[in-house]
Order: sequence, then C-alpha cells, then structure tokens
Amino acid sequence: MYYRTFFPRDILAEMERLQRDLQQSYDPSIRGGLRGGFPAMNVGSTPQSVEIYAFAPGVDPATLDVQIEKGVLTVAGERTLPALPEKATLHIDERFAGRFRRVVTLPDDIEPNSASAKYRDGVLHISIARKETAVPRRISIQ
Amino acid sequence: MSENVEKSNESVRPEAGLLPPVNVVEDANGITLYADLPGVPKDKLGLQVEADTLTIEGEVSFMMPEGMESLHAEVSLPRYRRVFTLSKELDTEQVAAEFSNGVLKLRIPKAAHAQPRRIEIRVD
Repeated sequence: MYYRTFFPRDILAEMERLQRDLQQSYDPSIRGGLRGGFPAMNVGSTPQSVEIYAFAPGVDPATLDVQIEKGVLTVAGERTLPALPEKATLHIDERFAGRFRRVVTLPDDIEPNSASAKYRDGVLHISIARKETAVPRRISIQ
Repeated sequence: MSENVEKSNESVRPEAGLLPPVNVVEDANGITLYADLPGVPKDKLGLQVEADTLTIEGEVSFMMPEGMESLHAEVSLPRYRRVFTLSKELDTEQVAAEFSNGVLKLRIPKAAHAQPRRIEIRVD
C-alpha cells in the first residue's frame, strides 16, 4: 500500500482491496507481498505484448538494471536522496531511499529478446512482445 | 507546515487521488519539500498556494498501448493530490519549484523577519 487513496470513491472496491490485502498478509507470495514495495508496479497485457510500469521517480537511469531470466523479470536499481544539510530537521520522511529490487513472474508466451525499456517522468516502462503463435488469430470461414 | 486532511463537508469534493510520499526538511532559512509524482509530465503538474494552504496535484499520463488490460495496479488512480497548511513565517511569494524525473522539489523560504537572528548580549 504505497500510494494510498484519500478519497475512496468506490466503497465496494475499497473493501475488496482491504480484503485482498488482509488475505495477502496471511498467504504471502514466495517473494513477500505483491504490494507495497519500491518501485510501485502496474502490469498490463495486450494480445501482442506484456507491459510493465515501474514507478521509480528520481532514479539515475544509469543505476537501473532490468533482466529477464527463466520467465522472471527483475528490476533493480538505487535511489539516492540528497543528504540532509547540517542543522536541518527532517519533519516528514516517507520517500524510499537505497537499493531496490522487484521481481515479476512473466507469462510463458513472451519473447524475452524482444523486450524494450524506457524511462520517462520517473516511470520505467518495459514492453515485452508475446510469441507470434500466442496471438489469437481469426480463421476465416469460406 | 502541517498536513491538512480536507474536510469532507466541502461542497465541491475534490476528485479521488493518491497521496504522493513526501520528505519535508527544515533548515534555518526555510523549508524544502520533495514529493514523488511518477508518471506526471511537467504540464500536468499543478501547484497552488492560497492563503496558508499549499496544494500539490498531478495527473498521471503515460504511454499505454491501445486495448491494454490491467492485470495488477499499485498506482490505481490517474491522479495525485496532497494538501499542506503552511505556517505564517513562510514567505509564500518566494516559492521555487523544480520538477524532474517525477520528483518535485519545492523551496519555501522563511520571511525576512522570521530568519534567525543572533541576539547580542551586552555586558555592561
């Protein structure tokens, strides 16, 4: 629960999310919870590709490392925050600092060599194409 | 500077938004605020100082292929919003903002009269 909502519009969806979060704390995934790490991640799918968005603002792109190995995508990097000036007080400290690593299991039908990654406005967007054969094809009836 | 949880009885309720994580640092001459707003392009960032209220808003806009179906979303709303109440000694006319790679840096200096002053002690 990294980016909380303040004004839940849809109370049912909010309750569902709460239930899911509770469930996850009882049955965590093998690599810890799905939610709540840095960077926050969104995953989407189209018939041709798998799209992964890692929300990693203020990260030097040179420290980013993206790897696909055995169907698992790893996003790693480091975020350094400006040092606290002398005699300064840190009133609110919510932003993540340090090294990070997040892992996403990919579907079986992806083409790992076709992956591309872009970093823009603090979002790392990774796009991985699906194998040709997996794209659904309409068969015309003669 | 303190966080302001908006009253729900306002006639115009702001649209639902995510709370961006922030760091707030205070030194002798002012306050520096850093906020994480990933996915917000420069032209979709909104900053507003009205009386003693600072509002940070941003709209998330990133490349999404057509027909994409979301499988998992931690950034679940396309908007960030957070409101702070500023204290009197801050000079809201002199706010400076920088925004790059999804990180907002706001510098709010203290008004001249609020700057620390060393009081000399005279010994007669």
